[in-house]
Amino acid sequence: MTEKTPKPTFAAPSRRAFLTASAALSASLFLPKGLRAQDFPTAAVNTTGLAVTDTEVTVGILHSVTGTMSISETGSVQAEKLAIEQINKMGGVLGRQIKFVQEDGASDWPTFAEKARKLLVDNKVASVMGCWTSASRKAVLPVFEQYNGMLYYPTFYEGLEQSPNVIYTGQEATQQIIAGLDWVTKTKGAKSFYLLGSDYIWPRTSNKIARKHIEKLGLEVVGEEYYPLGHTQFNSVINKIKLKKPDVIYAIVVGGSNVAFYKQLKAAGIDMTKEKPLLLTISVTEDEILGIGGENIDGAYACMKYFQSLDNPNNVDFVKAFKEMYGNDIVIGDVTQAAYLGPWLWKAAVEKAGSFDIDKIKEASPGIELPTAPEGYVKVHENHHLWSKTRVGHAQADGQYKVVFETSDLVEPDPFPEGYQ
Amino acid sequence: MTDFPSMATGRDGRFLNRTEMLGAAALALLVFVLLPLALDPFRLNLFGKYLTYAFVAVGLVLCWGAGGILSLGQGIFFGLGGYALAMFLKLEASTPEATAIQSTPGIPDFMDWNQITALPGWWQPFHSLTFTIIAVVAVPVIFAFIIGTAMFRRRVGGVYFSIITQAIAAILTILIIGQQGYTGGVNGITDLRTLNGWDIRTDEAKTVLYFVNGALLFGCLALAQFVRRSKLGRILIAMRDREDRVRFSGYDVASFKIFVFCLGAAFAAIGGAMFTLQVGFMSPSFVGIVPSIEMVIFCAVGGRNSILGAVWGTLLVNWAKTTFSEGFPELWQFGMGALFIAVVLVFPDGLAGLWKQHVEPLFARLKPRPSAPQPAE
Repeated sequence: MTEKTPKPTFAAPSRRAFLTASAALSASLFLPKGLRAQDFPTAAVNTTGLAVTDTEVTVGILHSVTGTMSISETGSVQAEKLAIEQINKMGGVLGRQIKFVQEDGASDWPTFAEKARKLLVDNKVASVMGCWTSASRKAVLPVFEQYNGMLYYPTFYEGLEQSPNVIYTGQEATQQIIAGLDWVTKTKGAKSFYLLGSDYIWPRTSNKIARKHIEKLGLEVVGEEYYPLGHTQFNSVINKIKLKKPDVIYAIVVGGSNVAFYKQLKAAGIDMTKEKPLLLTISVTEDEILGIGGENIDGAYACMKYFQSLDNPNNVDFVKAFKEMYGNDIVIGDVTQAAYLGPWLWKAAVEKAGSFDIDKIKEASPGIELPTAPEGYVKVHENHHLWSKTRVGHAQADGQYKVVFETSDLVEPDPFPEGYQ
Repeated sequence: MTDFPSMATGRDGRFLNRTEMLGAAALALLVFVLLPLALDPFRLNLFGKYLTYAFVAVGLVLCWGAGGILSLGQGIFFGLGGYALAMFLKLEASTPEATAIQSTPGIPDFMDWNQITALPGWWQPFHSLTFTIIAVVAVPVIFAFIIGTAMFRRRVGGVYFSIITQAIAAILTILIIGQQGYTGGVNGITDLRTLNGWDIRTDEAKTVLYFVNGALLFGCLALAQFVRRSKLGRILIAMRDREDRVRFSGYDVASFKIFVFCLGAAFAAIGGAMFTLQVGFMSPSFVGIVPSIEMVIFCAVGGRNSILGAVWGTLLVNWAKTTFSEGFPELWQFGMGALFIAVVLVFPDGLAGLWKQHVEPLFARLKPRPSAPQPAE
């Protein structure tokens, strides 16, 4: 399935959403291309003492580059640096070059809080691209609210949160789950599901939403199980799966456990290419497949908003630029793409607001559109999440996904889904 | 093995001798005058955080330096103290108005996410500040008493004791992460706002907390010094060096060990509670094996025989950690590694050893007069 001309369509636009959308449109019409810094005197665009000079603006990058999460977060750091470099080449933000201060969260949540405070208080950064795990986001959230900072958070996550100081560039849980389940029931005729996941808030909340939706469809959940992070012995659950014979294994296993899980599935004789049972996951991106090995996950389906193989001009350019900067062997997963959106969305918000002030960016953000996003086209919702499409990819032995389905419309983000809690 | 010559004799009968007095005064000057004057509120708050680890390090000097009990699980007590206070603060932050968006308003947000619909019974007492303050110290001490009794009465010691404390730290972490509906899981207990209506997030509150923290630390230091100067302190050292002889002399070795282990736990718990107040959250990443070992490193860098050295060591290691990681986000851990190698190779007795070898002779030369043998500070 290809996407040549990204066409914004909304599932059910409210009156308010329409108004902000039209406001955004009119604002963008008045903005000249190639903004010059002298048209935006620093005193006027920065009234709260952020690190903005006549020529430069400083932002923060806050991810783990050491510790267990560094494998996952490195892609996000790379994407953010690429976006910043590209923006600088285009002339920067309001005529100012972006400089970044990078801090290491060290896979440790209190360290994230400490570094977030440092970036906001000491460096006075104009925005922060950062965090990956929910735990790190929860740790920095009070800091951003207290010191009134702006965080661009890239990971798909469990929802149940909506802060004026955060733009969530990944999907909240319903955006990742519901369309995928509808697809698997409609096109694959699935009737029974086995839910499993790593034991923390994201898999649990996601499976709760999945279960509610499956039950709404009148279908059956035959099992639901959780394993601690880092767990490597999945033989007992694999035996249960063989016994219960579900149509779909719905897997939200994260991190290093994935490697053990998919290898053991294969060793136990469950050939995913036969789709009996079919495996659908929302936690394995191209990055994870590097560790799992393409041959071990060949035939599984993943539900994301972005795959590296997406065939649209934006993405072709993005993949090319990414490989030029970081080498040909690099793979790009869903979160990496979402992280890439952060600096661009911030730039768009600053230009729409005509100011670096956090309060003005907060106000300007809803309604911002990004037609150049590698995933196609995204738009910021009033709840600070993104409208984006849901896609299903079919894992290939070479470690890439082939896109087999995408929603025709952008899916509305709904971090507090009614009827799913 | 360095000894405590003045302790062994205790002949001058003073609480602090001249060099100890000097060391304590220097530390007080740093903590109460220099740092608050030199640093902005953010950096001061960071030092406040470092000082909370110093409580643990001082406790370790008593347990390990004096008593010879190497606990690799002090994070347990730091965490229990911190969690006890975090529970109180979380309940205070979870008013029905503030949590109106939840399916069950009035309970902590992470419980709501985990489909818990009523506050569990064992959370109820933490509505009371008095109960909480007692629990901050009592729960870890009782826990330490149980561990201590189970092990020291059976004469489990040395490496075995260290390994078991590590195992308990690992078990507790798994328990906290696994029971996320009741404990907040990996995320920990976050978004703490007020203490009895007093907003702990403001710069003024953080400065006040810094001084409270400093005062409590000096209280603990005084208590630790008192223990070291007492007969008990001398028995501890005797135990460390020749446990059998102490036992044969008729002392109940296990009771002394249990006592000093509980005291170390109480110090760690106070540190944990102050940590929660100053940082604004508590998470299982302070309970497990890695933080527990880090705390032993603070103590080793400072010099495990010196309570003041432990504080200096904690400050140095944490300051280095922050500075290295800000300067070299991708390489800072190598810097930390180099620091620890330097400690082992160049000054095995830690900062206190450096002081004793290089600084004290200078004083002696400045003021040539006969004096009692100097202690290890």
